[in-house]
Amino acid sequence: MQVEIQNLSIAFPTASGMSLAVRSVSLTLGNEKLGIVGESGSGKSLTARSILKLLPRSARMTADKLTFDGIDVLSANENAMRAIRGKRAGLILQDPKYSLNPVMTAGEQIAEAWRTHRRGGKREAREAAIDLLAQVKINDPARVAAAYPHELSGGMGQRVMIAMMLAPDPELLIADEPTSALDATVQAEILRLMEDLVSRRGMALILISHDLPLVSHFCDRVAVMYAGRVVEELGAGELAQAKHPYTRGLLECMPALSHPKPRLPVMTRDPAWLV
Amino acid sequence: MATSRLKALAATTASVPITLFGLVLVTFLIGRVMPIDPVLAIVGDRAPADVVAAARLELGLDRPLYVQFWIYLTKLAVGDLGRSVMTSHTVGEDIRRFFPATMELATVAIFLAAGIGIPLGVLAAVKQGTRIDHTIRVVCLAGHSLPIFVLSLLSLLVFYATLGWAPGPGRQNLMFDDMVPVVTNFLTVDALLAGEWEVFRDAVAHLLQPAGVLAYFAMAFIARMTRAFMLDALAGEYVITARAKGLSPMRVIWRHAFGNISVRLVTIIALTYAGLLEGAVVTETVFSWPGLGQYLTISLLNADMNAVLGATLVVGVTYLGFNLLADVLYRLLDPRVS
Repeated sequence: MQVEIQNLSIAFPTASGMSLAVRSVSLTLGNEKLGIVGESGSGKSLTARSILKLLPRSARMTADKLTFDGIDVLSANENAMRAIRGKRAGLILQDPKYSLNPVMTAGEQIAEAWRTHRRGGKREAREAAIDLLAQVKINDPARVAAAYPHELSGGMGQRVMIAMMLAPDPELLIADEPTSALDATVQAEILRLMEDLVSRRGMALILISHDLPLVSHFCDRVAVMYAGRVVEELGAGELAQAKHPYTRGLLECMPALSHPKPRLPVMTRDPAWLV
Repeated sequence: MATSRLKALAATTASVPITLFGLVLVTFLIGRVMPIDPVLAIVGDRAPADVVAAARLELGLDRPLYVQFWIYLTKLAVGDLGRSVMTSHTVGEDIRRFFPATMELATVAIFLAAGIGIPLGVLAAVKQGTRIDHTIRVVCLAGHSLPIFVLSLLSLLVFYATLGWAPGPGRQNLMFDDMVPVVTNFLTVDALLAGEWEVFRDAVAHLLQPAGVLAYFAMAFIARMTRAFMLDALAGEYVITARAKGLSPMRVIWRHAFGNISVRLVTIIALTYAGLLEGAVVTETVFSWPGLGQYLTISLLNADMNAVLGATLVVGVTYLGFNLLADVLYRLLDPRVS
């Protein structure tokens, strides 16, 4: 599996003409874990979702090349995309409170994902759902399978979401700020679980976050986005060698126990970064 | 969870008798303060004074208002709504005769309205902003803004007078009058029970036009609500999740988005149906449909107060009943409401 993005731009029509949200982004992804960091509105979610062609209706996407394992996503129609979505690449959204269907039980939603791509009976699907819930380390999978999303905690909901996206055994998992809506204590658990499952299944991962150290901890490579551009790409271990002032600024804002600073610096943004 | 749901249901049901009592009280008072003399309506304006006095006494109108209300309540408790001056039947009998005609009309109308309105609303939402959406909106706007008597008259003019596709006003061809024994007072059902196919066909033909007019009106509302609900649902994150799972567009739309609004639609449809049951007055008048609306109008014009009170109560109870039904369905169908 190989994802290639060349010169991707995504724009939205506004009253004053087209507004560019993603500006000529190029990325390649093999069987590895790629982190995309950046602040809100930097275009990281749009970039990742463009691989599945799940952009808002009004978005206009152009690129020199956008392929998923050789399949041209740019020219693919809905039917062709459905062969990728779920089956070969899953998407985990931020808040399970909104991203799970409130009127279907957790089990139904997982079984649906399983059945859509694996052609099995209803009972098989239900058993698979319970098995998947156990794989995401839920103690009482049968009970959780019968529960509706509003009866689950945020962490539980995100486990259900992970189980659902892993059901068809995809090659790539896109996690769009999977822990931002969770308590700090649960965040680490969910990330560790995801990383464990991804590694064990030999899947590729795109982890979107605004937490630079966290991403570098879980990923092989980190792309830093700012105002719709990838400003810097680094190996996870090379954060200290970051060159771009934005990345450096982000790192310097971080308090650390080992190097306490009396006062944290405030990032000064250079308009030149936008050019 | 099940017990808390039952408790909430019991609480809802408990409020019904109170509302019912209020309904009876208000209806009764309005009937009494209206500047119509029911005695005059019975004995006529040329009756001698002693006859008028005797009739007044017989009706109990000389007693204080609260005593009159108490008497009305005690009679109501055993199902006695009094006697209609106009038809000289008991009001209960009259309602049993007229209400089924209205129900027949409203039931056919609501099935048509929901059957067409829901798919149209979903389609408009899915195709938001396209020509299809605009067309549906114009069609619905017309159904909503044209007064129903205009619609009824236009329909008669086009389909009956000009094209001759539909039979004229009334519930059936006079030729078939009294041909089938009365069982349910639903003419279509009675005709089927009697095995009279021609009567059945005639009854359906007569039913379709007024039901169609009512359905158009109700359909406009249902389609508009469906569209609004669907737009809301389609913007939900769980729709992105459903698409990311690789589901077919049909499944995303109907199972995921529509599945989330169906409960709210049930409420809308139940209340629209109740509205049709009570609000077909104008349509019934234009189409000479012998239903409760017509009964109520004629009774009111004749100062037949027992009939007016009785019919109003039936309408009120129906509305309450459907409100309760909608509430119960909402609680049963939506897992989030406990």
